[in-house]
Amino acid sequence: MNSPASVSAAVSLKDVEVRFETTKLTFDCVIPAGQIVAVAGASGSGKSTLFNVIAGFEEPEQGAVHIFGEDMAGRLPAERPVSVIFQEHNLFAHLDAATNVGFGISPALHLSAGDRAKVADALKRVGLDGFGGRLPPTLSGGERQRVALARALVRHRPLLLLDEPFAALDPGMRAEMRQLLRDLHDEEGNTILMITHHPDDVRLLADSVLFLDRGRIIAHDTVDRFVERRDITAINRFLGRE
Amino acid sequence: MSIYTRLLRRLATTAIIAALPFGASAAEKTLTIYTYESFISEWGPGAKVAEAFEKTCGCDVNYVGVADGVELLTRLKLEGDQSKADIVLGLDTNLVAEAKATGFFAPHGLDTAALKVPGGFSDDAFVPYDYGHFAVIYDTETLKNPPRSLKELVEGDPSQKIVIEDPRTSTPGLGLLLWVKSVYGDEAAAAWAKLKDRVLTVTPGWSEAYGLFTKGEAPMVLSYTTSPAYHMVAENTERYQAAPFSEGHYIQIEVAGVTKNAKEPEVAKKFLAFMTSPEFQSIIPTTNWMMPVAATKDPLPDAFGKLVNPQKTFLMSSEEVAANRKAWIDEWLAAMSEN
Amino acid sequence: MSGAAERRMTIAAGAFSLGGILLFVALAIIALLAQSGGGDNGAPFDAYVWRVSRFTLLQAILSTILSILFAVPVARALARQTSFPGRIWLLRLMALPLGLPALVAALGLIQVWGRQGFLNTILVAIGLNDPISIYGLFGILLAHVFFNMPLAARLMLAGIERIPGEYWRTVANLGMPSIAIFRFIEWPAIRGLLPGIAGLIFMLCATSFTLVLTLGGGPAASTIEVAIYQALRFDFDPPRAIALSALQIALTGALLLVLKILAPPPLEGETTGKAMRRFDGVSGRSRLADGLWLILALVFVGLPFAAIAYSGLQADLPRLARDAAVHHAFATSTTIALLSAAISVGATAVMIRAQQITSRRRQAGAAARGFAGTISASTSLVLLVPPVVLGAGWFLLLRPFGDVARFAPAVVTAINALMALPFVYRVLAPAMATHAARTDRLAASLGIAGFHRLRWIDWPPLRKPVLMAFSFAMALSLGDLGAVALFGSQDMTTLPWLLYSRMGSYRTADAAGLALLLGLICLVLTVLGTAGENGRREGRDV
Repeated sequence: MNSPASVSAAVSLKDVEVRFETTKLTFDCVIPAGQIVAVAGASGSGKSTLFNVIAGFEEPEQGAVHIFGEDMAGRLPAERPVSVIFQEHNLFAHLDAATNVGFGISPALHLSAGDRAKVADALKRVGLDGFGGRLPPTLSGGERQRVALARALVRHRPLLLLDEPFAALDPGMRAEMRQLLRDLHDEEGNTILMITHHPDDVRLLADSVLFLDRGRIIAHDTVDRFVERRDITAINRFLGRE
Repeated sequence: MSIYTRLLRRLATTAIIAALPFGASAAEKTLTIYTYESFISEWGPGAKVAEAFEKTCGCDVNYVGVADGVELLTRLKLEGDQSKADIVLGLDTNLVAEAKATGFFAPHGLDTAALKVPGGFSDDAFVPYDYGHFAVIYDTETLKNPPRSLKELVEGDPSQKIVIEDPRTSTPGLGLLLWVKSVYGDEAAAAWAKLKDRVLTVTPGWSEAYGLFTKGEAPMVLSYTTSPAYHMVAENTERYQAAPFSEGHYIQIEVAGVTKNAKEPEVAKKFLAFMTSPEFQSIIPTTNWMMPVAATKDPLPDAFGKLVNPQKTFLMSSEEVAANRKAWIDEWLAAMSEN
Repeated sequence: MSGAAERRMTIAAGAFSLGGILLFVALAIIALLAQSGGGDNGAPFDAYVWRVSRFTLLQAILSTILSILFAVPVARALARQTSFPGRIWLLRLMALPLGLPALVAALGLIQVWGRQGFLNTILVAIGLNDPISIYGLFGILLAHVFFNMPLAARLMLAGIERIPGEYWRTVANLGMPSIAIFRFIEWPAIRGLLPGIAGLIFMLCATSFTLVLTLGGGPAASTIEVAIYQALRFDFDPPRAIALSALQIALTGALLLVLKILAPPPLEGETTGKAMRRFDGVSGRSRLADGLWLILALVFVGLPFAAIAYSGLQADLPRLARDAAVHHAFATSTTIALLSAAISVGATAVMIRAQQITSRRRQAGAAARGFAGTISASTSLVLLVPPVVLGAGWFLLLRPFGDVARFAPAVVTAINALMALPFVYRVLAPAMATHAARTDRLAASLGIAGFHRLRWIDWPPLRKPVLMAFSFAMALSLGDLGAVALFGSQDMTTLPWLLYSRMGSYRTADAAGLALLLGLICLVLTVLGTAGENGRREGRDV
């Protein structure tokens, strides 16, 4: 069933169809493993739904979702090789940072001393050494996202979905986070899909771009080619070239 | 909807009146009677009584109904001298001493010697208008050998349950307390301790107890000798019967009196006299479900002939009740609360 | 109107409402005390009172614990199984017990649990000859759980539903097992609400009267409320009644304070307002467990209602439907219920808003904190002032102004509104806190104020809790017999009053028919109160 090309693919969507009351979205794409892929498009174009389908929050009416060659049909979100980070509320506000990261190792929070050391180490890697006891409301937006990233680190899932993870951060912080993400990606060799509204994220971080418009993937190019394209109005608008 | 508009208008006037220092003025020659609610409910005697009396007095009868006899007294105490009542109808004998102690009542000046109240009752302020004996009512379908005496009730099979009322909150409850006291005297506490095992539960009022009984929860309930009459007349069934007790039964006599501040004392006194007339007495049995205290126009319905007619009547003076009530209730509480 | 002026007005309105409540209670008490003329009737707190107090506390604490223990799994099952068949009707059923007069509930429970009840008939049929006895502590607890478990479950469900939607995705993505979800996500949300819920249930059970006596099996089961009733009605001893009320308030108040100190602050998750969709509770085992809890709740709450409906259907309903007295009582009851619910919801909303505004200032002074604290306390403790005390006090106050019966509708409406306060507060306060956290700054920065704010910002998200509070308050008022009794006049007949009156005149069938009618009205109310829960969740993030 798998074509040779899709075996090395991180994500492969074939004729995937998701229907809502008034709209229908269709996805077809193959994302190679090991890349950082920016997912862009106007709001309402279907980016979040695409993520929901991959992460298992939404079951498509039709079509097949493969992740690293495996059919995801009927697999619960937790059974997929995927970690997800949202724009906000990634952390349980009433539990401290270390506990939040700990869930990445054991969802029932059965942590051994070794596990705790791993948590501390992950926090250190995202630059939050010693922040384990802090409650999320006492952290800055960027720090909270780093904790979420630390949790993704300890989970070791080969596919990381980031839904506008830097949207609430200031430009300096964004640059820092981009660098951190880049470093971690280089160390882990994982595949990252990141929804973003910022051309900067695309230019400075991504290897390729997936561009959606009105419920379809209308372009999937390397970053270089993407920024050169002039044929699609929606992309011109995204890149600020009205 | 007219009911709604009336009600809204009432609420509106309430708000307006609340802001004004004066209430509405009274109509001419209105006799205001305070009574308990069931007296003036649509099937109660109230409407017929008012109609009959208005024909003879050339006045308007205006009822004010509160929950029951005890509430009636509370209401009077709350209102004090400013009470609008010309007549208070529906106190029972146990409340007479307390009612007189308030000083709100005037002597009626009537000769009540001819009235037929078992055990006799005469008082210078209050005139009796009906009576009933307390009795254990049982369900003939579930209880084949009802107790024939209070002693048998106390000492009988504890698996045959009875529902009684609480003397702290209800008139029948107090009635049973006095009944047991009358029969057992100083042994009352021991009797209660024994009866306790037969008591399914003690309800706050008659309605709860009778409701449990008719739902079949217990084969016996404390009520009145007249209760079976209702079932026979209105429901055509002889299923529920009163158990005659050989020691005798405690009586509840309902009385009415004229207040000192009555605006229409003459009309009020006329009403008290009317109360013992055949006209009024004929209305009572099948509306208030109590026994008449004087001759009726027509013979009583057959059902009343089948009722238990106690051979002996117990009645304590209301002074004695008032003086001992608290101690006896404490005694009852102690006996009934033991494990 | 400027924002500052509006804030001042809101605070003033809140202070006015609070003042009104305190004055309403205080005046009644002062009037009663002044009436009594200082006759000394001995020490009010004798051995009897202490025994009664002990039992009051015991049964109320047990009732509260049991109600909550039962409510937690039910609330959780309701939250997880959003597509459980008939879920919305189960939710509606759970708002019904509030509207039942105690006598009706007791008889309904007895038809299920009583000696001749449904359950014991089955037990006897299968050969058990020592059936369950409802009379005693067991019956009291059963009745209180019947009344309060649904209330607790609905308040907890509302709390769980305020958990940010992202949490559920994260939970699903992490694959947290259901026990961990409960421990780390749901329980913290419920725990924050517990002091409020437990306090409310405790107060309702502590002041329970008819149920305790009827099902208690004997005078060993009496509450302070019984003693208060006895003191005021049988003994006409207002100072004792008030001393006992004070004792009731002190005991309960102390307990509530302990609860408040022990309990952690409520968890206020800020949500983005995205529709919540959960991904857990889909495994066969959780579905089975949840389903069993929901069916248990359905049977437990539903059967007594089925019994009430069954008895009601035996009544001569067409005759009742034509009965002018019934029409009158229906009109009176619904009008009073509507007005008292409107007053209660309006006053509570204003007070909560004023509380929010005053306590959010950067330096909330002692006055502001006192103001906010008084609002919380008075919305709770007001339930402990027996309606019979309020009624008697106001009777005395209004006496100089003419026929007291004229004021009955207004006083009864006010007392009902007051009684509903604690319920309304617990429904509205958390919802309004979440709403304020979400929209205050934005609305302020956009300069949206006054009516426009109400219309466009506040009403849409708060509609659901407001309707729920409104239907709670109406149901409470409908089922209340309370203060009407003292004022009784021919024109002021409510449905429970009529029901008791028919019951007191051997008309048990009529009473059963009226109970059915009351139940139906409450059902209609809760259908209105849950409006909007049925619709497909909109606003999914495409």
